[in-house]
Amino acid sequence: MSASMQAIAEQKYKYGFTTDIAMEDFPRGLSEDIVRRISAKKSEPAWMLEWRLKAYRLWLTMEEPDWAHVKHPPIDYNDLYYYAAPAAPAPKSLDDVDPELLKTYEKLGIPLNERAALAGVAVDAVFDSVSVATTFRDTLSKSGVIFCPISEAVREHPELVKKYLGSVVPVRDNYFSALNSAVFSDGSFVFIPKGVRCPMELSTYFRINARNTGQFERTLIIADDDASVSYLEGCTAPMRDENQLHAAVVELVAMDNAKIKYSTVQNWYPGDANGKGGIYNFVTKRGACRGKNSKISWTQVETGSAITWKYPSCVLLGDGSVGEFYSVAVTNNHQQADTGTKMIHIGKNTTSTIISKGISAGKSENTYRGLVKILASASGARNHTQCDSLLIGNECGAHTVPYIESRNSSAKVEHEATTSKIAEDQLFYCRSRGLSEEDAVGLIVNGFCKDVLKELPMEFAVEAQKLLAVSLEGSVG
Amino acid sequence: MLEIKNLHARIGEKEILKGVSLTVPTGEIHAIMGPNGAGKSTLSYVLSGRDGYEVTEGEVFYNGQDILALAPEDRAAAGIFLAFQYPVELPGVGNANFLRTAVNAVRRKRGEAELDAVAFLKLARAAVKRLHMKEDFLKRNVNVGFSGGEKKRNEMLQMALLQPGLAILDETDSGLDIDALKIVAEGVNALRSPNFSALVITHYQRLLDHIVPDVVHVLSAGRIIRSGTAALALELEAHGYAGLEAA
Ligand SMILES: Nc1ncnc2c1ncn2[C@@H]1O[C@H](COP(=O)(O)OP(=O)(O)OP(=O)(O)O)[C@@H](O)[C@H]1O
Ligand SMILES: [Mg+2]
Repeated sequence: MSASMQAIAEQKYKYGFTTDIAMEDFPRGLSEDIVRRISAKKSEPAWMLEWRLKAYRLWLTMEEPDWAHVKHPPIDYNDLYYYAAPAAPAPKSLDDVDPELLKTYEKLGIPLNERAALAGVAVDAVFDSVSVATTFRDTLSKSGVIFCPISEAVREHPELVKKYLGSVVPVRDNYFSALNSAVFSDGSFVFIPKGVRCPMELSTYFRINARNTGQFERTLIIADDDASVSYLEGCTAPMRDENQLHAAVVELVAMDNAKIKYSTVQNWYPGDANGKGGIYNFVTKRGACRGKNSKISWTQVETGSAITWKYPSCVLLGDGSVGEFYSVAVTNNHQQADTGTKMIHIGKNTTSTIISKGISAGKSENTYRGLVKILASASGARNHTQCDSLLIGNECGAHTVPYIESRNSSAKVEHEATTSKIAEDQLFYCRSRGLSEEDAVGLIVNGFCKDVLKELPMEFAVEAQKLLAVSLEGSVG
Repeated sequence: MLEIKNLHARIGEKEILKGVSLTVPTGEIHAIMGPNGAGKSTLSYVLSGRDGYEVTEGEVFYNGQDILALAPEDRAAAGIFLAFQYPVELPGVGNANFLRTAVNAVRRKRGEAELDAVAFLKLARAAVKRLHMKEDFLKRNVNVGFSGGEKKRNEMLQMALLQPGLAILDETDSGLDIDALKIVAEGVNALRSPNFSALVITHYQRLLDHIVPDVVHVLSAGRIIRSGTAALALELEAHGYAGLEAA
């Protein structure tokens, strides 16, 4: 690729700018002292510090997993910064937020000013290790909804945090969940009380800005009996030559008849066309359908990151509970994605639906990895899985790794998988009607992903469609 | 005006067009007939710029512009439209969305203002009605699950909305019932004007009853072996190609 072509390719990641602002960070590396400093920085109670230290000690005994279909040079965990935050004291209200930060979010298309904000969407803005603003909190609190940075919830709602934190993703679940539990810095906390339908769409916007800094977000969402909420997360990062680590843990809890819809539009910096730079996105997301007839629905559009390692899952405990996973994962150039879901059926008559659309272009590798597990107790359980892969070009890979374990003979599990290429005749047909090759690819890819995109909240579906087209630019011809 | 001069084209090693020359003055409609495998579809693909067809000799001018160097989308913007012999399915892509994307892509390239969703739908609904198509046509995915005849009508809908200066119809009549044939013909005749020309590829005289051509050409084994008036088509209907090739 010529230098000018490359420049064009890199411009396409329009969120690649950096914000120049005075920052405070801790020295590189991880130690008990760093864990203590993070906890102290957030004025945490002793129990929280204890929890973190236990997690840290456990993490020291664990090994990084190597089963995913991804390759990367070893990560030096002692070379990372574990805490970076704007140096100014935490803002008390939106009016106190540093104008540089407001500008940053403005540029990202997320105005934090409530008058300018997207109607009906409340935003928690997380910048490196801290939440810098949360909008519409007053509006929400009128209906009893708690939506705040998790660091604040630890102080203000300790009984809820103690009860639920780590209850869905135990500290020891995996290497990255243990690491996150030790050093998590910020993320969102949501509590929807009994019988309340959250009156607004909630969203968290994660931005990694600082160099060499890991972001360890922690999100906890609880929907009590008969409550419902729709939550969306977005993520971007500047273009940097080195790889950066994002290791998040997200836990969802749905009680009787509660519904949680969790949507992700993941657009971390993917690295350049030669595979230099980009975010390592190692994320553990899990929802527990604890109550009867509860429902958790994951929708993800994954276009960014150099490496994505992520399996949003549902534990279907309550009788009649429902788990859904709708995923579009796009990889281009040298990106690698190993993503999928786990549906664990425990309660009676539980149902799960998995629709996964993987699109690979360039020299990328795209793997769907999924587990459907039906326990002996789950009479009448049903699962339907549809995994489709679309290949663009001849140098990329698509892999489907479905695991099915059923211990109940009354359960019904269906799995369908297809692999296809964008056909030359489809491209020519579109081009003969005046569409450029890239628009043609965008159109065909959006058609391929339609069943997933229609699950996104409307405001974001259009954005996601554009993102898909942009992610694949330069992938044909 | 379309001018094809001594056009040679091959697919891989196989030469399919072996020196096609033909001129369609603006305002005229020419028919191309000829046996299966003669190269009719190949000619239509070469004119619209499909990959994999290598032009080894000859030239093609459309309104004075050499079009062989243009990408397919730029030929579309220049006003060339191909109605496919086998229209292609686009799963998940809504017909209305596809049509609007196409119309606006062409308008943008021509320096015209894009149509918003409301303005476009109004045009599209009117065209659907003129072509006696079912209303849900616009909502369905492009050609997916369409019957053979519906696919051909969908090509005509695209033509009506794209308003080409040169339409190439590759066996648009095949697979159409008698009523649909008339509707397609009306669609083409509606575009007839001093600024419009068409190349109508067909095997059957019956289409030419409705779209009366100014000239009929016979393409056989990659060459035009006869050109004549509309009467030539009647002659072919009666005697087939055998006699011609011997001549
Ligand atoms: N991709 C290809 N590879 C090799 N040969 C091809 C290819 N496409 C077409 N041909 C050959 O080129 C010749 C001309 O084909 P073409 O489709 O242009 O014929 P046609 O005149 O349109 O025929 P019909 O009336 O059956 O539609 C045929 O012999 C066909 O087999
Ligand atoms: Mg043909």
